[in-house]
Amino acid sequence: MALAKVYVNYKKSILNPEAEAVHKALKRLGYGDIEDVKLGKYFELTIADGKSKAEIDKEINEICDKLLANYNMENYHYEIVETEAAQ
Amino acid sequence: MKFAVLAFPGSNCEMDLYNAIEDIIKEDVELVSYKNDSLAGFDAVLIPGGFSYGDYLRSGAIARFSPIIPALQDFAKSGRPVLGICNGFQILTEAGLLPGSLQKNVSAKFICKTEPLVVNNDHSMFSSAYQTGQLISLPIAHGDGNYYCDQDTLRELVANDQIVFKYANNPNGSVDNIAGITNKAGNVLGMMPHPERAVEAMLGSDDGKGIFQSIVNHIKSRGVIYE
Repeated sequence: MALAKVYVNYKKSILNPEAEAVHKALKRLGYGDIEDVKLGKYFELTIADGKSKAEIDKEINEICDKLLANYNMENYHYEIVETEAAQ
Repeated sequence: MKFAVLAFPGSNCEMDLYNAIEDIIKEDVELVSYKNDSLAGFDAVLIPGGFSYGDYLRSGAIARFSPIIPALQDFAKSGRPVLGICNGFQILTEAGLLPGSLQKNVSAKFICKTEPLVVNNDHSMFSSAYQTGQLISLPIAHGDGNYYCDQDTLRELVANDQIVFKYANNPNGSVDNIAGITNKAGNVLGMMPHPERAVEAMLGSDDGKGIFQSIVNHIKSRGVIYE
């Protein structure tokens, strides 16, 4: 089986007040060297056997465009890894 | 004329809307489940506020794929009025019926209070009961009400006169103080403030009544009640 690890995050032009709150908390905790915090979403999609790499790529892109990310304010990237069950 | 009020799992303003139409506007109104696939027989569609699907993933992102949405898209294409309030606005942007999107409030806080709004355009089918420049007060109640669109989209919104309501004191960080916009055709309005919560003096204000009255006036002035 294959596992798609999908990362969705805000575009640079988009404010992320939640990430800013985390950043401020880190500063309060004394981690002054942390210059920026991004806070996005992470998905793991387990894909049944039987699809080629190209077919999986096509499907994951479609899923991200349609549902997981809003292109207006978010970007995404993903990686496909083979899981142990497939070996 | 007959209004449809859509109800999704997690909607929580559908009865307020229903009662506003039935008791105050005194027109026919029916609740329509998100599971339905037809809007035949309705003259206008209202999409209520709330937290459809718990706001999981993004506000409106999952409701946007409900069975009723293709019928809503066809209804909007036909030119009949569609009004999305709060979560209804978020569903309309996710469904591609309105440009832009609603982000977290810039304060990262949920804001629940009455806000002054400026009527930016009194010639839409949702705002003809008001006058351009008129100040009205409507309740807002949202965590993700910060309207965002890129500069090109904003220029288009302005050029086509699609901005119907603006905040007098921007509470959430919205681009250009936007509180409510229509699509280019002018028959789909999304707004974060809740007009259905301000339709009689007992509720503190009846400033919201004009929006529903404008829709009724628009439908009746056309002399056509859609089948």
